[in-house]
Amino acid sequence: MAGLGEFSVEKVRQDFPILERSVNGYPLVYLDSANTSQKPRAVLDAMTEHLERHNANVARSVHTLGTESTAAYEGARAKVAAFIGAAAPEEVVFTKNATEALNLVAYSFGQRLGPGDEIVISELEHHSNIVPWQLLCERTGATLRWFRLTDEGRLDLSTLDELVNERTRIVSIAHVSNTLGTVNPVAPVVKRAHEVGALVMLDGSQAVPHLPVDVTALGIDLLAFTGHKMLGPTGIGVLWARASVLEDLPPFLAGGSMVETVTLEGTTFLPPPARFEAGTPPIVEAVGLGAAVDYLSALGMDAVAAHERYLTTYALDALSTVDGLRIFGPTVPVDRGGTLSFELAGVHPHDVGQVLDSVGVQVRVGHHCARPTCVRFGVPAMTRASVHVYTTTDEIDALVRGLERVRKVFS
Amino acid sequence: MRRRGVSDALYQEIILDHYKHPHGRGLREPYQAEAHHVNPTCGDEVTVRVLVKDGLVEDVSYDGAGCSISQAAASVLYELVHGRPLTDAMARHEAFLTLMSGRGQVEPDEELLADGVAFAGVARYPARVKCALLPWMAFKDATARAMAEEATAS
Repeated sequence: MAGLGEFSVEKVRQDFPILERSVNGYPLVYLDSANTSQKPRAVLDAMTEHLERHNANVARSVHTLGTESTAAYEGARAKVAAFIGAAAPEEVVFTKNATEALNLVAYSFGQRLGPGDEIVISELEHHSNIVPWQLLCERTGATLRWFRLTDEGRLDLSTLDELVNERTRIVSIAHVSNTLGTVNPVAPVVKRAHEVGALVMLDGSQAVPHLPVDVTALGIDLLAFTGHKMLGPTGIGVLWARASVLEDLPPFLAGGSMVETVTLEGTTFLPPPARFEAGTPPIVEAVGLGAAVDYLSALGMDAVAAHERYLTTYALDALSTVDGLRIFGPTVPVDRGGTLSFELAGVHPHDVGQVLDSVGVQVRVGHHCARPTCVRFGVPAMTRASVHVYTTTDEIDALVRGLERVRKVFS
Repeated sequence: MRRRGVSDALYQEIILDHYKHPHGRGLREPYQAEAHHVNPTCGDEVTVRVLVKDGLVEDVSYDGAGCSISQAAASVLYELVHGRPLTDAMARHEAFLTLMSGRGQVEPDEELLADGVAFAGVARYPARVKCALLPWMAFKDATARAMAEEATAS
């Protein structure tokens, strides 16, 4: 379903029980969705119903509950596949989170790398898309390289042809930055990478929850994202890879559910996705993620993106009225998501976050697991406000009022 | 019921004063040992140097970058321990640690802690306790190193 064309944030908010609560005597203003999103009742109900009515282990039972549970788990896989435009459900691997999906690829694909091979990331990555590659390079002798950022917080593509070359084996970059909000230009990177025979992986953790993401249209090879930022529960993430790429990857975690035949001398492995889902998977979490996908699909991702674009435009304007405030990342709402990191002159982000909390406004402070980005902009930490489908312009106003209060306390 | 805001409990005037006008800030020579501590969740850092002579904390100097709580805690640390007998300084360290781990339930000893009592409110915010303790733990570390060096030297 493409949505009804009439997006009402007030109606959406009624679906999120937590938005009724107050914090420190003020109505909750939740502006930390880039950290984790809130969950609609539909997700909570789907998970409760599964546990109350259908709970059993998957893929190994002949009994009724086992069959129902397996159907629910595989049904969630099909929903996720359709949501991102995958060619088949078998291209979707459930993991614990996006971090595990990225590690899976760094480990499995990385087994074939050696000295002389190059991996390309960027300066704006989350630590989860930096550290696995650093460890891989230490193990294999491969070389890690990265895109630099422009002062506006965009990828500097002027070095693209040199950076991505015949030695490059994989390019792994964020689709949307978790600190700067930048929506990275995927097309030129994919074009160049494929010219030289390299794979492209996107960290879609901040994209899939907010934008229509179609892996086929993007032309990418692999995509990692997480459930809990897209209205689903924690404990479940996704690795999507084109079938030909996924079939070629050796196993990562080993154990039950991923083997064909085991003897004490050796083992043969199941085809994907089972090959990459050792052990009992996050079953009820998958069911919750499936419900989240249904919820977002019913709203329509175009409508979600339009709502967030409106909020981003509004927030950029509103924040520009605060004295001493400097935005990190693009200051125009073009190729930019609703994640707004900033500094308030003379006030440490910890203090900004604490005073905002005292008036019910929940923001993230710190380096956001993206220390190289902070270093690029010369600050140890940032304050970050981020929006989602349930965010309102009133909440942006509350943020701005809160920031004025911060300035008063520290004047 | 609407609380008047966290600033009443957390951002006491004393803390804001120490933050805006820090006492004893800056790294000084001579010193016996220094310790550099980082709070990895927020990137706050502090370096603390100590000079202990004849059982007396002759100087404690520091520099760092961080939030008001961590910077004010460093300023209060300086006020409370410099020029004091080491045993006295360590007793104050212990009292500050106890206060900060007390989740707001510990009555601070004003005689021992002086301006440090203003941090009683911070103990109620588990996320901020680390900020307040950062310079104090660095002080403890630097002092231990200084003592170890003295022990090897003598």
